[in-house]
Amino acid sequence: MSGQGEGMRDTVTDEGYMTADGRKIGGVAMEMRNITLRFGGVVAIKDISFDIRWGEIRAIIGPNGAGKSSMLNVISGFYHPQEGEVIYKGYKRPAMRPYQVAQQGIARTFQNIALFEGMSVLDNIMTGRLHHMKANMFQQAIWWGRAAREEAENRAQVEKIIDFLEIQHIRKTPVSRLPYGLKKRVELARALAAEPAILLLDEPMAGMNVEEKEDMCRFILDVNDEFGTTTVLIEHDMGVVMDLSDRVVVMDYGKKIGDGTPDEVRNNQEVINAYLGVAHD
Amino acid sequence: MLYREAGDFKTSYVADSQTFPIKFDRYGYYVLLGFAFLVMPLIINDYWANSIVVPFLIYAIAALGLNILIGYCGQLSLGTGGFMAVGAYASYKMMTAFPELNIIFVIIIAGMVTACVGVLFGLPSLRIKGFYLAVATLAAQFFLIWLFTRTAWFYNYSPTGMISAPTREVFGVPVTGPRASAVSMYMICLCFLVASAWLARNLTRGSMGRKWMAIRDMDIAAEIIGVNPLIAKLTAFAVSSFLVGISGALLFAVYLGAAEAGEAFGIDKSFLVLFMVIIGGLGSIFGAFAGAAFLIVGPVLLKLLLVNSLGWPTDLAAHLEIMIVGALIIVFLIVEPHGIAALWRTIKEKLRLWPFPY
Repeated sequence: MSGQGEGMRDTVTDEGYMTADGRKIGGVAMEMRNITLRFGGVVAIKDISFDIRWGEIRAIIGPNGAGKSSMLNVISGFYHPQEGEVIYKGYKRPAMRPYQVAQQGIARTFQNIALFEGMSVLDNIMTGRLHHMKANMFQQAIWWGRAAREEAENRAQVEKIIDFLEIQHIRKTPVSRLPYGLKKRVELARALAAEPAILLLDEPMAGMNVEEKEDMCRFILDVNDEFGTTTVLIEHDMGVVMDLSDRVVVMDYGKKIGDGTPDEVRNNQEVINAYLGVAHD
Repeated sequence: MLYREAGDFKTSYVADSQTFPIKFDRYGYYVLLGFAFLVMPLIINDYWANSIVVPFLIYAIAALGLNILIGYCGQLSLGTGGFMAVGAYASYKMMTAFPELNIIFVIIIAGMVTACVGVLFGLPSLRIKGFYLAVATLAAQFFLIWLFTRTAWFYNYSPTGMISAPTREVFGVPVTGPRASAVSMYMICLCFLVASAWLARNLTRGSMGRKWMAIRDMDIAAEIIGVNPLIAKLTAFAVSSFLVGISGALLFAVYLGAAEAGEAFGIDKSFLVLFMVIIGGLGSIFGAFAGAAFLIVGPVLLKLLLVNSLGWPTDLAAHLEIMIVGALIIVFLIVEPHGIAALWRTIKEKLRLWPFPY
């Protein structure tokens, strides 16, 4: 197994690589260069670098408090690192507000569900398509021309996602009435509705039973397969991570301790130490 | 089987997202609209117009406006009275400065002026939320009233400090001033209300409304999804103040005829409209109507019942009226905290199954 892993690392070039299951992964979509993030005296992320390639499923794992969610928040523009830079599509990204990052095609889900509770499932997913809707306030006020046309067009797109994620039956239900597993699915739908270039999933399977986890895995793989969406996911379920992801970044105490294919990571002594618990110096 | 949803199939997304997706609702709405425009003008008299119908129409516009801000965008405001005063004084200044300008344009421009003032006082919402924002808008209320009572230019240096509406006509029919008839007052308020409701509905059903609701439900998630909080909050303030300004202009020019800022547009007006929005139902167009009806029509009906039917003395009835309406508000909020609109929704859901609930 380790031989296969090493062989794969050799083939990761600037142009891309082939995965074990034969998918072609493209060039670098986003590169994190020497990211350091501090909150006062606490260093959440220490000098971390890694890249995300077009079309791959990239996992970030690590024990609790390792800085995984902070890393995702850096990518989605919610935190601004004190040092280091984010290279997106070949350009250094300036400090941006989160909504500007979203407009650049980065969508995410949250560890604790962040759906809009007062709105229906349909409205929640339609909210994901906001930056595909360009009608101005006056066109919307009289509901003529562009506003009405856009609404119907985007609704058709949203319905495709609703079909894809099999949530037709709850379309008009207020989100606050849904069970947890379905809420997670609606949140994925909302992120997908934006047609993102990069999809960030923060613990998409937390708190789910086996069946719901299997469904979610299937959806993540299908999304990647069907739309070619680059996916970055944080997950604690090692079985899921190892099965789903093409490459894995392992973090512990804000540092990167491993990076590579699931097999490489599994055999990395530092990773084993972090998970099994070894006294830190 | 009066009210049915079954068998009412939609074949396009446009049909599915219309305002009244159920046929019964749609026809009911047409009937109501026809009644309001064709039958009411024939039967309305001065008493009904002045005590119930015209104030209801005007406050419904204000409640629509405040509902956009509080119910849809989640920004608590106690400055409604002040913004109504802006609409009133803007319309007064324009009526006196440009006598030949049509009153309809005057009222619309007064709404726009109020929208600008609303955006100005909405700026703190970018930094503060909830009760703190409510206090900041309270400052708007007191500042605006102070401004209008202290600055003589606003009331054209009249010795009484009052503003009074000159007579203005629409198609040759006076709608403001002492010569205005009940029918003309009713018609202009109705037209503005229907237009306002249509605007509010259109704005809240599309992407603009979703931005507002996203900010209301979870502002951080909304921003990460791509909602610019600055634009979303300020547009909500603008649209809300626009409608509130129109209602202020109508209240002064059409209904009161003469007004003084502190008395006509005091803090009690802010609370009145706020109660309408809360009792009617936050985040619902229908709720604005229901809340305005409850708080305007309720006291009058109570007075009719106590004084005219039971023959109680007027002063006793007046005090009882305040107590009963207050108690009703409390009871109502305990029984149905989400307002009359939520109650109506529950009834509709029950009717879907009626008469076979299984």
